[in-house]
Amino acid sequence: MNKFLKWFASDSFIVSLAAIVMGLLLGAVVMMIGGYNPITAYMALLNRVFGDTYGFGEALREMTPLVLTGLAVAFAFRAGMFNIGAEGQVLMGMTGASLIGIKITGLPALIHAPLAIIVGALFGGLWAALAGYIKAKRGVNEVITTIMLNWTALFLCNYIVRTFLLMPGNQRSVEIQSSAWISIGWLSEMMGNARVHWGILLAFVASTFFYYFLWKTKQGFELRAVGSNPEAARYAGINVNKNIVKAMFISGVFAGLAGAFETLGVFHYQSVYASSPGYGFNGIAVALLGMNHPFGVLAGAGLFGTLTYGSAGMSFDADVPPEIIQIVIGSIIFFIAAQGIVRFILKPVYKRKKEKVL
Amino acid sequence: MIDLLTFGNLINTTLVFSTALIFAALGGLFSERSGIVNIGIEGLMVFGAFAAAVGTHYAEEAGMGASAPWVGLLTAVVVGVLGSLIHAVATITFKADQTISGVVINFLATGITLYLVKLLFDGAGETPLLANRLAKLSFPDFAAIPVIGPIFGAGVLNSYPTTFIAILLVFVTYYVLYKTKFGLRLRAVGEHPSAADTMGINVNRMRYIGVMLSGALAGLGGATITLTTTGLFSHTTISGQGFIAIAAMIFGKWNPLGIFGAALFFGFSQAIRNYVQLFEWSASIPQDFILMLPYVLTVIVLVVAIGKSRAPAALGEAYDPGKR
Repeated sequence: MNKFLKWFASDSFIVSLAAIVMGLLLGAVVMMIGGYNPITAYMALLNRVFGDTYGFGEALREMTPLVLTGLAVAFAFRAGMFNIGAEGQVLMGMTGASLIGIKITGLPALIHAPLAIIVGALFGGLWAALAGYIKAKRGVNEVITTIMLNWTALFLCNYIVRTFLLMPGNQRSVEIQSSAWISIGWLSEMMGNARVHWGILLAFVASTFFYYFLWKTKQGFELRAVGSNPEAARYAGINVNKNIVKAMFISGVFAGLAGAFETLGVFHYQSVYASSPGYGFNGIAVALLGMNHPFGVLAGAGLFGTLTYGSAGMSFDADVPPEIIQIVIGSIIFFIAAQGIVRFILKPVYKRKKEKVL
Repeated sequence: MIDLLTFGNLINTTLVFSTALIFAALGGLFSERSGIVNIGIEGLMVFGAFAAAVGTHYAEEAGMGASAPWVGLLTAVVVGVLGSLIHAVATITFKADQTISGVVINFLATGITLYLVKLLFDGAGETPLLANRLAKLSFPDFAAIPVIGPIFGAGVLNSYPTTFIAILLVFVTYYVLYKTKFGLRLRAVGEHPSAADTMGINVNRMRYIGVMLSGALAGLGGATITLTTTGLFSHTTISGQGFIAIAAMIFGKWNPLGIFGAALFFGFSQAIRNYVQLFEWSASIPQDFILMLPYVLTVIVLVVAIGKSRAPAALGEAYDPGKR
């Protein structure tokens, strides 16, 4: 408990908190320049998320894929790779889950839903592992392959939906079997039909797994060694190539889960996407907000989800353009990244603290 | 077989698609050669596309007519540089993580531009459609020559002025990078900043210049799309082109000529989608696979032919003179 309290007084916590406050203040300034009232706007934002149980449930729903894509990006970062491809891996996860959810019939829910989740996760994982394999075998930079695989996944998934799963006359698949749904019916009813599902809980499990795997197992140690210095890791006898593929696979599994949960828990069908839906790119932001730590990612997704979900309330109730929130999120990440600026502004506070100690 | 005229048109469309990529990828090159990762190229293109639309719009209102797009182009350069300054201040002066700062640029760009569009144009989601865009040059006499005419006249010469500027810039960049003192210094700062510092080169100043050049060029790239293709700015104007430009830069191995080739390749594989449909056998191929073509082709080329590309050695590291 003491450790927990200490963490709140820690340097990185104070700087992160200051970064959030500064981001919100900057957003307020931008709103005032545009002639909007920032206080009404932020109140409307909070009201949409915390005003009723429906809003809160929907905000949780919004956060779930953010947690998972954030974990995906953070995991690859820990192993020294930049996975811009969570976007495509999410789509592959959706498709895997849809295929199982629609094409397989007659299974009890207790088997059908987990099977659909596992296949979705595998689709995402294998799609990412492909980029890892190409990097390990041919030395091709993963940034470029994952960007290309995003587009490939977009069109491949559209093809699969159009050819095998289409609801005739619509740009979407038929509905998945109800035995593959992971919605929590009773909770959803309690929360005014907010689309809450078991994936929300599993996202927490996933971040605990992330923590345990990377910091408490030998395999995780190897991955981190490869991430911080591949040459030293090789010298120490670690198979770097194997770890690259493994890290990308696990990263893709996180993203694939995000996609599977969206299909099985939220939409219950899969759309034909005209352009990338953006899950993976938001995941990059969440990973950065969370400083690539699994519990940081949870907090980052909470913040990101609250702001983006609440921003719609801002435009309904206070008539403020929701794009403002992009500026707020961008500047929060900016201040967390450029801690020099925050420390520069916090300098007077720090000085006083030190004097007290002396 | 397709006839010569169609072939000429294919070349022409390739050049249209390639131009923005050439600008933006060259922009990425200047930044990364100086040692600063610039994943914010996408956002800088958004800034440029927005500035071009707004600049041209107000120049039109001021009665400048056909020369208005050039005002837009200039506005895009200025706004691109301003946008890149955020990146430069964060990464060079405050030594922030370069990848993070680049992602931030992408967020800020879409946020700021769409917010401003709403403020400037009474809550609209996009800028008004421009009456004046850049016009393609035309050489009818040359195009009439048999064989060469359709390919070089109608295909290559009959292009937007920005295409010629982009191609010219490829060679200018090559010259600047490898044949001038400035280029040597820029590369030195990206490869081994402390050695460069010892030789009396101001590392941070060189990096500021590199990042600002990337802003100017990416801004031009974004402006090209507004002023030749879409005619207005909305949230879909730049959808992933910046990331493809980054891919072209890596594909081209951080070399201007390589980038030129890579951008042409991407442009060609985007253009060929429109021409595949001219063949009868193409009807049997689902359209999604035709759309997928450029990206799959890129991965295959990378795996089979290109292999490893080496980034500048000091890429991604803030320069700290106290560290050896």
